[in-house]
Amino acid sequence: MANKIPRVPVREQDPALRATNFDEVCLGYSLEEATLEASRCLNCKNPRCVTACPVGIQIPHFIEALKGGDVKSAADIIAQDSSLPSICGRVCPQESQCEGSCILGIKGESVAIGKLERFVGDWRLNNPQQVALPQSNGKRVAIVGSGPAGLACASDLAKLGYQVTVFEALHEVGGVLVYGIPEFRLPKKGVVAKEVESVKRLGVKFETDVIVGRTVTIDSLMDEEGFDAVFVGSGAGLPRFMGIEGENLNGVLSANEFLTRANLMRAYDDEYDTPIYVGQRVVVVGGGNVAMDAVRTAKRLGAEATIVYRRSEAELPARVEEVHHAKEEGIEFRMLTNPTRVIGDEKGWVTGLNCVRMELGEPDASGRRSPIEVAGSDFEIACDVVIMALGTSPNPLIASTTANLETSRRGCIVADEFGRTSRKGVFAGGDTVTGAATVILAMGAGRKAAAAIDKYLQQ
Amino acid sequence: MVEILSRELLAENIWQTKVYAPRIAKSAKPGQFIIVRSEERGERIPLTIADYNAEEGSITMVTQALGASTRKIVAKGAGESFSDVAGPLGRPSDFVAEDINELRKKRFVFVAGGVGTAPVYPQVKWLHEHGVEVDVIIGAKTKDMLIYTDKMRAVATNLYIATDDGSEGFHGLVTTLLETLITEKGKSYDCCVAIGPMIMMKFVTLTAKKFDLPCVVSLNALMVDGTGMCGACRVTIAGKTKFTCVDGPEFNAYDVDFDEAMRRQGMYRTQEQRAAAIAAERAAGHKCNIGLDK
Repeated sequence: MANKIPRVPVREQDPALRATNFDEVCLGYSLEEATLEASRCLNCKNPRCVTACPVGIQIPHFIEALKGGDVKSAADIIAQDSSLPSICGRVCPQESQCEGSCILGIKGESVAIGKLERFVGDWRLNNPQQVALPQSNGKRVAIVGSGPAGLACASDLAKLGYQVTVFEALHEVGGVLVYGIPEFRLPKKGVVAKEVESVKRLGVKFETDVIVGRTVTIDSLMDEEGFDAVFVGSGAGLPRFMGIEGENLNGVLSANEFLTRANLMRAYDDEYDTPIYVGQRVVVVGGGNVAMDAVRTAKRLGAEATIVYRRSEAELPARVEEVHHAKEEGIEFRMLTNPTRVIGDEKGWVTGLNCVRMELGEPDASGRRSPIEVAGSDFEIACDVVIMALGTSPNPLIASTTANLETSRRGCIVADEFGRTSRKGVFAGGDTVTGAATVILAMGAGRKAAAAIDKYLQQ
Repeated sequence: MVEILSRELLAENIWQTKVYAPRIAKSAKPGQFIIVRSEERGERIPLTIADYNAEEGSITMVTQALGASTRKIVAKGAGESFSDVAGPLGRPSDFVAEDINELRKKRFVFVAGGVGTAPVYPQVKWLHEHGVEVDVIIGAKTKDMLIYTDKMRAVATNLYIATDDGSEGFHGLVTTLLETLITEKGKSYDCCVAIGPMIMMKFVTLTAKKFDLPCVVSLNALMVDGTGMCGACRVTIAGKTKFTCVDGPEFNAYDVDFDEAMRRQGMYRTQEQRAAAIAAERAAGHKCNIGLDK
């Protein structure tokens, strides 16, 4: 019978301290804390959490193993459905997935499924399993992009005996896990590099600095380099801007640029050469996880940092935990506010952001109440940096250099639920198919495509 | 790691480095560029491709050491290696895709300024190899700062040199020389390509306009990834925002907002100067005791 104790709190760095460093905010559970939290699970007959998980992890089953302290079994159970638990445990929007469906959450607090998954995932990273590699079947698969979709696809195919090479455009493996999500939310050495290492142990080869569409093409990989199939998991890396006046002033940048400088290039560390500019006061436009990452990075670099979002707090698409952490760290939230113009000085540097107040009207196509401008409510927020975190779209480079690869009106590669595209032998999955979404969906798509590639190459 | 095959000093602070990068060498076309990271903690620096040789598997870059990062690039010689070289990036020059017979009817004039002479070379070479007539103007402050004159002479129909101080060739600016060629020497051109400092490209564009001469420029914007991800290289082209790395680097010169492009190049200038000053101090053995280098 489940324990009727309150949710076990997870240890975190003190907000005042962490707002000045890039170390991970959440310190995670100890074994004792994890088993205690696990004991709260009701082990429901019809577990709603499993239905709500995009990849259907057997949640009560792994928690059951954890109750008795059997972390290894818990890790094996998760591994059946997820190849990146230590990452998903950190970055999944649990409140709208597993934890959001937990029965305990109706009257009290849901089981901390994400924190338990993270605990089990970290244990597996630190206690790597000896995998008996199957004999190579002699078939070669190229993976484009080393983000969550590519890593998951590569690891499944390697376990099936394929020779897999992952091509990464940047100089470091990990895709959005490295350039997008900050160190304080997802440690690069402690977590991402270890996940990559575990994929390397399966015999997967990684080649960095290869831009598919420029350095090589899908066709040259298949026709000249002898790959039997290709999986495209190149993500959604192109930043959007608002199209308002003053957006090209010095001091306006995309969240992608700001975060790439900080995360991939380690610009916050003086031992690295890449510059980063935060000024005195930063305004981040947007309400998603990327906006939260950017604003909290700016705060850590010493700026006063503000979020400007056109809807109300209830509509913020970011994970609840990130919003909560941001507030604790002293981030200012200005809701129902929409920028109309960036203001600059005579030398072309940002001095402020002109905004209007908004109110919520009828629900729009996304089901959220649409913001409407309040007439005559113009006002200015003084700032020297404006960061646009408005979402991203897929890079057109691969589609534009691959004949007969069908794309949607939004520039996404068209693929069915198994990742099959309009080109024979070419599969795709993750953000490049769906548009910007979550790590777990990309991971799931990579695994489905791996199964489909196996089926295709067995024929 | 990318092996450096050779390094050569071309002029003061201007170095030519040849590296072994067979995939890039095979795919490179005129007009494209690369991104170089000299070492593990280095910056990603966009550099133009000065030459490529698919058989040898090599690409050649010409770097003017201006800041801390470009100094690190030129500091490495044969037998050493760079952490990363990625490319070829950007769209090839438009003429590469043009009908060759139409192209052969055209007369090109290239205007190259300073270190911008290097990326002009593969373009002129390509056109020469495809039987297209090309005149080239190379401009520099003084004779000692001229680069690639012999290489260019071998592929150009006519090579003209302009120096600010008159130490070689025409005494004056490339724009005046271009104007002189058209008005006094009876030259007529169908396309002008200008590559060099932003201010030079702006004024070549104004000169070309006087003669209704179509003009193309190659922009050297700030970049981080070079693949369309960051948007640091935004430029305004015919009133619309474009990314230099994926939509360019070459654009119709008449559409470019040069003043904005020049301003945006200065975005990180003070920080670069600070980094360069710290590097110089460290190199001189100075250790700051009051933490100013932190």
